Amino acid sequence: MEKFVSIERVGQTFDTKMGKFVALRDIDLSIAQGEFVALIGHSGCGKSTLLNLIAGLTRPTTGVLLCDGREIAGPGPERAVVFQNHSLLPWLTCFENIYLAVERVFSDKEGKPKLRARTQAAIELVGLAHAAHKYPHEISGGMKQRVGIARALSMEPKVLLMDEPFGALDALTRAKLQDELMKICVKTKATVVMVTHDVDEAVLLSDKIVMMTNGPAATIGEILHVDLPRPRERLTMAHDPAYINYRAAVIEFLYQKQAHVEKEAA
Amino acid sequence: MTTSSAMTMSGDFAGEKPVDRTNNRQPVAAAAVEPVKEKNMEKTTSAAPELAGIPFSERLNSMLREILPPLVGMLVLLGIWHVATHKGGAIPSPKIVWDAAVVLFSDPFYSNGPNDQGIGWNILSSLQRVAIGFGFAAAVGIPLGFMIGRFEFLAKMLNPIISLLRPVSPLAWLPIGLLVFKRADPAATYTIFICSIWPMIMNTAQGVQRVPQDYLNVARVLALSEWKIVTKILFPAVLPYMLTGIRLSIGTAWLVIVAAEMLTGGVGIGFWVWDEWNNLKVEHIIIAIFVIGIVGLILEQALILLARKLTKESSAS
Repeated sequence: MEKFVSIERVGQTFDTKMGKFVALRDIDLSIAQGEFVALIGHSGCGKSTLLNLIAGLTRPTTGVLLCDGREIAGPGPERAVVFQNHSLLPWLTCFENIYLAVERVFSDKEGKPKLRARTQAAIELVGLAHAAHKYPHEISGGMKQRVGIARALSMEPKVLLMDEPFGALDALTRAKLQDELMKICVKTKATVVMVTHDVDEAVLLSDKIVMMTNGPAATIGEILHVDLPRPRERLTMAHDPAYINYRAAVIEFLYQKQAHVEKEAA
Repeated sequence: MTTSSAMTMSGDFAGEKPVDRTNNRQPVAAAAVEPVKEKNMEKTTSAAPELAGIPFSERLNSMLREILPPLVGMLVLLGIWHVATHKGGAIPSPKIVWDAAVVLFSDPFYSNGPNDQGIGWNILSSLQRVAIGFGFAAAVGIPLGFMIGRFEFLAKMLNPIISLLRPVSPLAWLPIGLLVFKRADPAATYTIFICSIWPMIMNTAQGVQRVPQDYLNVARVLALSEWKIVTKILFPAVLPYMLTGIRLSIGTAWLVIVAAEMLTGGVGIGFWVWDEWNNLKVEHIIIAIFVIGIVGLILEQALILLARKLTKESSAS
């Protein structure tokens, strides 16, 4: 189970009007089951591109991606995505948005009452039972993102992919959702790949931080294993020497080792 | 709100004429003040419970600002018409037209054989043709628009044909319709079909092409079936565009039906105009112009109202 998701020699080249643009090269990464992996790097380093490759939304130019021993050939509910801007359908209620996903995955084997129960469970997991029958425009940004997470989790995916899920939220809401996400991950033993540009978020949540070099032709610069015991408490972590060291290591990578490339590009 | 404004427009219109008749020798501006006051009194008493906190004079003022400009416009139109026609001539004066309208609308649903029917029947048969032609156009145009928006090959295949045929006047299709259907009535309906279908196809296709990529990514990640994609994502996202297409289609259809009926004959408001021209009853032609305008206005406003209601339900984001 060490290599639950396996990325082997993956490169991604886009055809643009200016010619070929190499976004990613030589990506090698393996993710174990139940592992929480953060992809971090400066904007434009191709971390979202890498996530889209794991999701199957785009196909790699070179190399191969495997999930649970099978090649990733396209998007599917086994690799659920939490999108950056929640992407809830505005004409469906929160409940219906989640039900759409549940129905797709489980309607072959289960009847309607079971599907509704699953939807209800997912919405309770993110603490939104009271807003189940509200439309997305009637709830706050943080609540929308929670519905997005509930939708992804309700499909019982093998891997949960999150593309800067909390990027658009204010700091307090973000902290609250990070705590909730940690609890959910413990409860569901989910395998998670999360794109982020927030150093604290990466260190607090992750077992492994994948730090990417600057684009174009970005690749993995360093991989940092975060061996902090769980459950992790935000307040105690702030004074934990190990936490502070991990944090320093990521900051050093981002602002020292990778800073000059950005200057060159600019 | 919108239909009620349409109603008051026609209501105002009916109300002004007797005023104009009694104040025949007075200048137009003086005549304008009186009905305004009357209207305000009616309105303020009926709207009193909602506006209880606002002083009466302010309410009167805001009412005046709303009602006065359209009223002045109508009266100026009537005034110009009156001044231009009061010495006699080919065009009848407002009073003659009003008297003719009273006679005409006192018995709108008589029927003395196919060539002499009440104005009500004429309007209804025109509306029926529009409804049938438009219905077929929606049944063909909306699915076709969906497919053009969804499948690039189809779009590239059909776009040149649509671009070529769209600017053609629908009346140019009338002889083809007569040839195919051998009868006037379906030919007129067919003309409506042709003119209604283009805005429906174009707007639906454009709506489908503009569905946000985020929603389509959701569909891909969930691996939804094509049926689910259409019903749960495309249809609600495209609905506002579709309704715009429908509104444009109805507008064009109502324009075209008058011309088509003039050519085909039978029963219908367009044919009626032509028939009254042959009888040299010019006042009836003027009545028909107003009737066509009012029906068109009601159709348009009803669809705007429908669009607002449906889109509020489906995508109030």
